Amino acid sequence: MLLLAVRETTTLDRLKHVVNSLCAPEYFVSLTVVLFAVALLWYRRWTKPAIAGTILLLFSIAYFGSAADPNFVKIITKPDNVPITMMIFLVGFFTWLALRLGAVNDERREKGEPLLEAGSDDKVLVWPDLVYTELICLVLCTVVLVVWAIVLKAPLEPRANPSAIPNPSKAPWYFLGLQELLVYFDPWIAGVLLPGLIIFGLMALPYIDKNPRGNGYYTFKERPFVITVYLFGFLIMWCVLIVVGTFLRGPNWNFFGPFEYWDPHRPVALLNINVSDVFWITLPSRYPKLCPWSPGLPTQAALGGIVPAYIVREAPGIALIGAYFLALPVLLAKTAFQKLYAQMGLARYVVFWLLLSWMFLVPIKMVLRWLFNLKYFLAITEWFFNI
Amino acid sequence: MSVISRVGDYFRNSQVWGSIFRHGIPRDRRTRAMAVLSNVFLHLHPVAVRKSGIRLSFTWCMGGLTFFLFLAETVTGVLLMFYYRPTVEYAYVDIQGLRAHVTLGLLREIHRWGAHAMVISIWLHMLRVFLTGSYKPPREFNWGIGVILLVLTLLLSFTGYLLPWDQLAIWAITVGSNMARATPFLGHEGPGAALLTIGDVALVHAGSDARFGLLAGTYVGPNALLRFYVLHCVFIPVVVSVLIAVHFWRIRKDGGISGPL
Repeated sequence: MLLLAVRETTTLDRLKHVVNSLCAPEYFVSLTVVLFAVALLWYRRWTKPAIAGTILLLFSIAYFGSAADPNFVKIITKPDNVPITMMIFLVGFFTWLALRLGAVNDERREKGEPLLEAGSDDKVLVWPDLVYTELICLVLCTVVLVVWAIVLKAPLEPRANPSAIPNPSKAPWYFLGLQELLVYFDPWIAGVLLPGLIIFGLMALPYIDKNPRGNGYYTFKERPFVITVYLFGFLIMWCVLIVVGTFLRGPNWNFFGPFEYWDPHRPVALLNINVSDVFWITLPSRYPKLCPWSPGLPTQAALGGIVPAYIVREAPGIALIGAYFLALPVLLAKTAFQKLYAQMGLARYVVFWLLLSWMFLVPIKMVLRWLFNLKYFLAITEWFFNI
Repeated sequence: MSVISRVGDYFRNSQVWGSIFRHGIPRDRRTRAMAVLSNVFLHLHPVAVRKSGIRLSFTWCMGGLTFFLFLAETVTGVLLMFYYRPTVEYAYVDIQGLRAHVTLGLLREIHRWGAHAMVISIWLHMLRVFLTGSYKPPREFNWGIGVILLVLTLLLSFTGYLLPWDQLAIWAITVGSNMARATPFLGHEGPGAALLTIGDVALVHAGSDARFGLLAGTYVGPNALLRFYVLHCVFIPVVVSVLIAVHFWRIRKDGGISGPL
């Protein structure tokens, strides 16, 4: 009996260990991206109520079952983390609902049947039909809010003390995706440029998306590209990173698995390198025949002092970034985005590429960090200008 | 005729009732239309709407819930202002007092959880509007107003986060506002700021940059608390109210709740 109990805990511990390692940002984000791709590719299959219900049930068992672990329960019961549990389930539910309705509509279209939203001529009076729905929503919402307020006290920590810096210091939960990006980007990108581009990009969206279909009804098939990009941004780059930032980042912003103790003294080796280091040092020392320059960062200005040393040093990074932002869109406009370019025209395409390129620079850099410890493509620290 | 209905008739035939409600009980099409048309709040709606448009599975009621939460935040927020003084001496003590002594001390809980719920509900509203393609013509402009409202909702929540003046508050705001230091050209640690000089005098430094403007200081202190309080209780709510009016108005003007063309 005792033996059995011991063996059981070890299996559970092993399982927890596996989950902990899978939750490391490189695996966690990659796995959610794979899940995301699968979910969109097979959106008609898994959204069937029976399958989706089973997924919800299994996920809930795993999520709330994990609350038996003291470390996990400590994370999810922090009062300001409760909304994140809410966010996970609500976002999951409504993503399912939208894809389900889209799947039903797409099937109806294929069979030549009317859409779920068809019959736009049938009008009903606002009083009572709409007012009554609104009243029910209002009452339900009030009840939920009051019960929530009774059950859970709003957090109040010790009085503000400018000399006691908590470790980790975290922004409010809805900004934690952006704070997580600080691991990969400098504050001027993660905290200013990217939020600015998100706002600008959302506002520009209706003027860039020239696809006239899918206006006023759920569908996936009629606008797969734009829905994929939007959901990738919202689900992965926003919600998943919030979960990583809140649940998986502990003292010193180090990674901790969901079942791990937040040890503030855990040492983490950080040896990140820049593109310029790779080009000027690693390549010539490893492949002296292919790269015949002597290893070492350039410190001399070139062309008689016109080109400063830091530009010479960062030339490989400038070339890379330049190619990504300027050459790649031209190439894509001639190949994969040919139809899109014809539909959009030059001005829209330029704005579209500005937004899309920055959005995808984020996962690109994350992957390069995980694989090669890349710090900066372009590091002009002299101007605080690092990408 | 029972007593109750006779009393009811008496009131409904009185001059007071007639001066408030310009129509009879909304039982037929005409009076139901009148009920919406003659009420300033209800007339944010059109008189009749598309049947498929108001189905709960279509709208999720998320926009309406966000608006309701905004109202709930306004009501509880005004009540909270009776008990709260935005100074370093009193802010924390007032919150403690609110917790310990005020009857029905749920105010702060409702306010805080409502704020979190509002952040989530506005994201879901945007998700719904996006996935039904409702930002497409003729609703492009209203989508833009909606994006601004979403940003303002986050800013409302962010400015409110500081007010309890506890450890959670100041460090979250410190982390958040530190970003402003790195604003290109406008933050003293941002790219390009070093270029803005007159002779040897730097124009952008820790005492003049974007973060300083946000906090009214170089750290989260008394000035920041007052500034966030005013932004949270007056400035942003007023802007939000105006934009909500525009948002609702434009829903009607742009063809009502979206549906297949």
